Amino acid sequence: MATPDSDETVRTSAEPDSFPPFRHRHLLGISQLNPFEIVDLLDRAERMVPISRQPRKTLPTLSGKTQINLFFENSTRTLASFEIAGKRLGALVSNMSVKTSSVAKGETLIDTAATLNAMQPDVIVVRHGSSGAVELLSQKVGCSVINAGDGTHEHPTQALLDALTIRRHKGRLNGLTVAICGDIANSRVARSNLLLLGAMQARTRVVAPKSLLPAGIEQMASEVHTDMREGLKDADVVMMLRLQRERVSETMTPSVREYFHFFGLDEEKLSWAKPDALVMHPGPMNRGVEIDPGVADGPHSVITEQVEMGVAVRMAVLDALVANKANE
Amino acid sequence: MMQRKLIVKNARIVDPASGRDAPGSLLVEDGRIASLSNSPAEPAPEGAEVVDAKGMLLAPGLVDMRVFVGEPGYEYRETLKSAGKAAAAGGVTTFVAMPDTDPVLDDIALVEFIARRARSEAAVNVRPSAALTRGLMGEEITEYGLLKQSGAVCLTDGKKSIQSSGVLRAAFTYAASFDMPVVHHTVDYGLRGQGVMNEGLFATTLGLKGIPREAETVPLARDLQLAALTGVRYHAAQISTATSADLVAAAKASNARVSAGASVNNLSLNELDVGSYRTFFKLSPPLRAEADRLAMVEALKNDILDTIHSAHDPQDSEGKRQPFADAKNGAIGLETLLAAALRLVHDGSVPLLTVLRAMTSRPAELLGLEAGRLVVGAPADFILVNLDYPWTYEESAIRSRSKNTPFEGARFTGKVMQTFVAGETVFTHA
Repeated sequence: MATPDSDETVRTSAEPDSFPPFRHRHLLGISQLNPFEIVDLLDRAERMVPISRQPRKTLPTLSGKTQINLFFENSTRTLASFEIAGKRLGALVSNMSVKTSSVAKGETLIDTAATLNAMQPDVIVVRHGSSGAVELLSQKVGCSVINAGDGTHEHPTQALLDALTIRRHKGRLNGLTVAICGDIANSRVARSNLLLLGAMQARTRVVAPKSLLPAGIEQMASEVHTDMREGLKDADVVMMLRLQRERVSETMTPSVREYFHFFGLDEEKLSWAKPDALVMHPGPMNRGVEIDPGVADGPHSVITEQVEMGVAVRMAVLDALVANKANE
Repeated sequence: MMQRKLIVKNARIVDPASGRDAPGSLLVEDGRIASLSNSPAEPAPEGAEVVDAKGMLLAPGLVDMRVFVGEPGYEYRETLKSAGKAAAAGGVTTFVAMPDTDPVLDDIALVEFIARRARSEAAVNVRPSAALTRGLMGEEITEYGLLKQSGAVCLTDGKKSIQSSGVLRAAFTYAASFDMPVVHHTVDYGLRGQGVMNEGLFATTLGLKGIPREAETVPLARDLQLAALTGVRYHAAQISTATSADLVAAAKASNARVSAGASVNNLSLNELDVGSYRTFFKLSPPLRAEADRLAMVEALKNDILDTIHSAHDPQDSEGKRQPFADAKNGAIGLETLLAAALRLVHDGSVPLLTVLRAMTSRPAELLGLEAGRLVVGAPADFILVNLDYPWTYEESAIRSRSKNTPFEGARFTGKVMQTFVAGETVFTHA
């Protein structure tokens, strides 16, 4: 692999010869990707990992491009991850946080889309609290759109970074048993991961109390469990989801104490999984709610590595969507 | 009105109430049906205007039990005039205006206002409903007797559903005293929660919160029991699930004063039509699974489902150009009611007379309206329909002030070619 600094005037993609053009204009969800495209994005991301580890962390394939991060929901880590990814690729990155009142949410969305579009960006990274909102916005703009999380629908870059992290440790995705535990009903991370892991022939399990399992989930996961012992048995990967604190009061689960007792990942529950099981969490963690602090920081945990892979995946996605493409 | 004669010759005259389906002629005098003849070539009386139906279907004008107008209060969505035009184009010669206006139709002055204004503004007959509870708040009952006298044809809280069983019992009991039909859309708000579409795999895939069928069936079961208790004339406004059909069927076995309706949307579309967050398909009740749609069709065939309505609900683009969960419910439907319902006829699932009955004589009978039938002496409200006419519903042709149709670009077979109200042409297909 060529060093990124050696020929930046001619290089416009991470590996121009090995990757076919990415055929999508937007990345709205994992559901739009076939297995080959998933592998392609993971391979592209793999090449991005060393760039962030070298002293001069740049690969200016997005030089001269404008990236807008449009976040309708509060986020620290995802926003920072996309910002750093864009900047390492040389893009001009602008962050916009839009405070929304629940009443005028949609109005703001369409109006904002039109306004931003007039500024001729090359890519807009969007997070929004309503499912489908990012797709709606993508219909109103003339540039690429990346879904950074829409409601409880999808969070494709999270699933890609999770897959990359797993693949780097296990060497593969197919045939692995991955247990996704916690608030499945309200999780876009769970949906995107189920789609990706399912497409890659992994064995997916969801583990949660019934009140946190959405209708039809048995058709999206290989197995559905309400008992952590059964759900974690022989699992290669244990993926914990964040329990939204406000949902604790919403009859979905009566108390943090009860939730942690039955569904929080501690040393004992982790011992039911394979000895070399990975522990993952999309963050931000509620220590003591869905995960024991010792486990979160323990030898099985790859949680900080997920954050690093997040930058690589977002660089890869930005590069695939934006580099070498004219603004329409 | 001037003495006026009109004869429609060479028609296939279909009157669902009597089961008549035969060639013939229809004579109109002074706005009413003067005679019906079995001869398609009946000689025209002196001075009569002659319309040659050329073998087209002549049916009673449609009676639509559930139309949201927007006047007063939401004129930017729809006025009585624009709704009247849409109705005429759809072959709807009588519709019931829902009370969900601003102010709400919960007072005799407002009911009289709508009736009076509709007479001057709308091309078709508009019959006001009246709120079942003050302000549609589900708490205090309104003046049922006076509202009936002022022209309200039924009592309903429109889109709202009354949550208190106690209020419902009081409302039903009092309505029974005046023999006023109660039309109730059953939704348990707690079970609906934040749901925005039918609960199931598809909603989960889209990341949208689901509305369980039980949000409809649990309050429906309660209503049907209270209907039996109180003796009220009860009409389940719009059912959408297989279980609802079963509940209605069971109630009908012992209570002749119970009936049920469904939106044509729930008979012709299903949840998959929501596709990629298409807000024009965000309806209440939500579009359900195909099995539920088929159960609705079965219920229609078996006389469990009495009426089909458009649930015409104009929403401006601001209300619909939103992320799905934030968008308003509702779709316009007056212009497509018949065409959408005819899909059930053309695909062989329901006989023509059954479909027409549910949109003509049956709703008229339930509301005590002099409409929906072709009999001598009845108002000459009828339509000429080319049953095999292929057409596409285009946004540019929409007569409603709002354009939120789930049938944009839909291909239909069968179209209203001419609509008559009191013997006068109110719509002709160009």
